Amino acid sequence: MPFKRYVEVGRIALVNYGKDYGKLVVIVDVIDQNRALVDAPDMVRGQMNFKRLTLTDIKIDIKRVPNKKTLIAALEAADVKNKWESSSWGRKLIVQKKRASLNDFDRFKIMLAKIKKAGVVRQELAKLKKETTC
Amino acid sequence: MAPQQRKPHVCRNPDLIRGVGKYSRSKMYHKRGLWAIKAKNGGAFPKHEKKAVAAAPAEKPPKFYPADDVKKPLVNKRKARPTKLRASITPGTVLIVLAGRFKGKRVVFLKQLTSGLLLVTGPFKINGIPLRRVNQSYVIATSTKVDISGVNVEKFDDKYFGKKVEKKKKKGEGEFFEAEKEEKNTLPQEKKDDQKSVDAALIQCIEAVPDLKSYLGARFSLKAGMKPHELVF
Repeated sequence: MPFKRYVEVGRIALVNYGKDYGKLVVIVDVIDQNRALVDAPDMVRGQMNFKRLTLTDIKIDIKRVPNKKTLIAALEAADVKNKWESSSWGRKLIVQKKRASLNDFDRFKIMLAKIKKAGVVRQELAKLKKETTC
Repeated sequence: MAPQQRKPHVCRNPDLIRGVGKYSRSKMYHKRGLWAIKAKNGGAFPKHEKKAVAAAPAEKPPKFYPADDVKKPLVNKRKARPTKLRASITPGTVLIVLAGRFKGKRVVFLKQLTSGLLLVTGPFKINGIPLRRVNQSYVIATSTKVDISGVNVEKFDDKYFGKKVEKKKKKGEGEFFEAEKEEKNTLPQEKKDDQKSVDAALIQCIEAVPDLKSYLGARFSLKAGMKPHELVF
């Protein structure tokens, strides 16, 4: 099994530890065996250990250490945000965030909706069962 | 130009550092215009006569001096005030009661009474909780709010909820506990009417929001996988 996601200039990574937990960042330069220079539109460019990053499939086309304006323009051009939010990984994270922020009332409404859905599914199943047995 | 609206006066002698002003005593004398006041008054500072102090009535020497020095208790200027209400609890908030007969029930907060307890109602028709007092510590505040502007809660205070004081009866020989006990157990009609009037406006607002009625009728419980410290209420 070859590697598919490489550490390279322009690789989008997800921060999995620390102050910027959950942010998408761009690897803008590699410092040494363990660290990368990392940048995002809403943070100051800084170094991060690779252990704090999880690589994604998304890669953008930039030169080594671009200035902020160029970086933001490149991110817009590659449409990283939409690509991420439509990927299954990105969608899962959005759902997790939504579930964590649910109100007590929201949880109640969801429970009602689940029961309703299960009822409908069960009805359809009963119908199908009736058809096959009869 | 109303006399009330004055610009707040800037300090005449700003601090260079704490304890050291920018201007010396003589400079400040000049800045305050004391020379002008003196000049207006002919070279001396204007004096005014002291108000005549009424002679204090002659105190008799006390009859009794304690043998040892009696310590005076320290002065206590604290005022009693109701418990500080959590910022998340505002009139109309849905609260989850955590202890007592109605534990787990969701309830609408009306106001805080002077004793610090929270005045709360079910509404009675929805979940069977009447107008009741509840302690803030035994309550979780959710972020769901109900519009409470149509409800008048002025007349409710701690006395309304206090135990009724029974008149002391003379100890009768025969019938001790017959007639009196049976009277006391029923709720007075006045309280039932109060409940109805408070709930009428509330229930209308509640029915305007879908599912809120059944939400208030249901009890809260922790299920598998729910971590209270991670839940957002």
